[in-house]
Amino acid sequence: MSIKSEPHAGNLCNLQDRVAVVTGSSRGIGFEIARVLASQGCNIVLNGVSNESAIEAAAETLRQDYGVDVLCCFGDVSDASVTADMAKAVFKKFKRLDVLVNNAGILDDGLLGMMTQDQINRTLDINVKGPINTMQAFSRLLARSPSGSIINISSIIGREGNRGQVVYGASKAAVIGATYSAAKELAAQNIRVNSIAPGYIKTDMISAVPEDTHQERLDSIAMKRIGQAEDVARTALFLASDLSLYVTGQVIGVDGGMLI
Amino acid sequence: MVEQRVFKVFVEVFDIPTDEDKSKLHYNEHPKWDSLAHMALVAGLETEFDCMLDMDEILDMSSFEIAVKTMENHVD
Repeated sequence: MSIKSEPHAGNLCNLQDRVAVVTGSSRGIGFEIARVLASQGCNIVLNGVSNESAIEAAAETLRQDYGVDVLCCFGDVSDASVTADMAKAVFKKFKRLDVLVNNAGILDDGLLGMMTQDQINRTLDINVKGPINTMQAFSRLLARSPSGSIINISSIIGREGNRGQVVYGASKAAVIGATYSAAKELAAQNIRVNSIAPGYIKTDMISAVPEDTHQERLDSIAMKRIGQAEDVARTALFLASDLSLYVTGQVIGVDGGMLI
Repeated sequence: MVEQRVFKVFVEVFDIPTDEDKSKLHYNEHPKWDSLAHMALVAGLETEFDCMLDMDEILDMSSFEIAVKTMENHVD
């Protein structure tokens, strides 16, 4: 029996000379995904709406630490003209795109009967229209890549739901629906489309969670620890890299076995 | 020159003969030019002319003639 040699996993993770757009990447999960991809040699396009100095600082960190090329694109991805301009800027600088990570999103809880129209619209605009706009703007550029990959960040709430999170849950379920459809539509162009559904992850987004609620959530996690942004980023690396060349239309939970 | 390059992309994407009547190349009228083929055509034109088309240009590109006019704006 012959032994088929398997490439070293490190080689399969190698993203040298590739280009990734990560939306909402000035901090938190978005920055960590950008950092982990950059650590494998991937050039990065950072994006954020506000705090331009934080994004520029994040870019400088990636350049210094990993020697990759970094482009900063500012603007709200729920605005289609912003994503169209981003696509042109990426094309002008890199002439290619291999990975699109739709991470930009907001969490704005509210009970039924207490949510304003502005709250509802803003959450749906950023969390749903944003990823759709970027997929529209970038899919043709991704089609030129030998291994294009779109990674949409959803949430465990989009799969399981939660009290006080009707709009957020609806928006994240929509991300999963968009992922399934885009996977079918773009497979012929060799673009993989997958989603990550994080559970309870330590980020600024959850800093306002009261202590008793925090403990309640920790108790609901089978692995008995809060998730780290790096846990999500490593899954994104799997989906961005050639380790997942035949994986599309999937939702991967990164939640330590959390039950809601 | 632009017309020849555009037609080359049409021939490749739609798999039509090189003597195809160009005046018959209209979106949703020519049997090979449906919505899926349209996106493949756009990708082919973007690669040939090394550019990115605007959404309006993509949606307005409903004939060979318009495609040529559009791509003339993307020649250096």
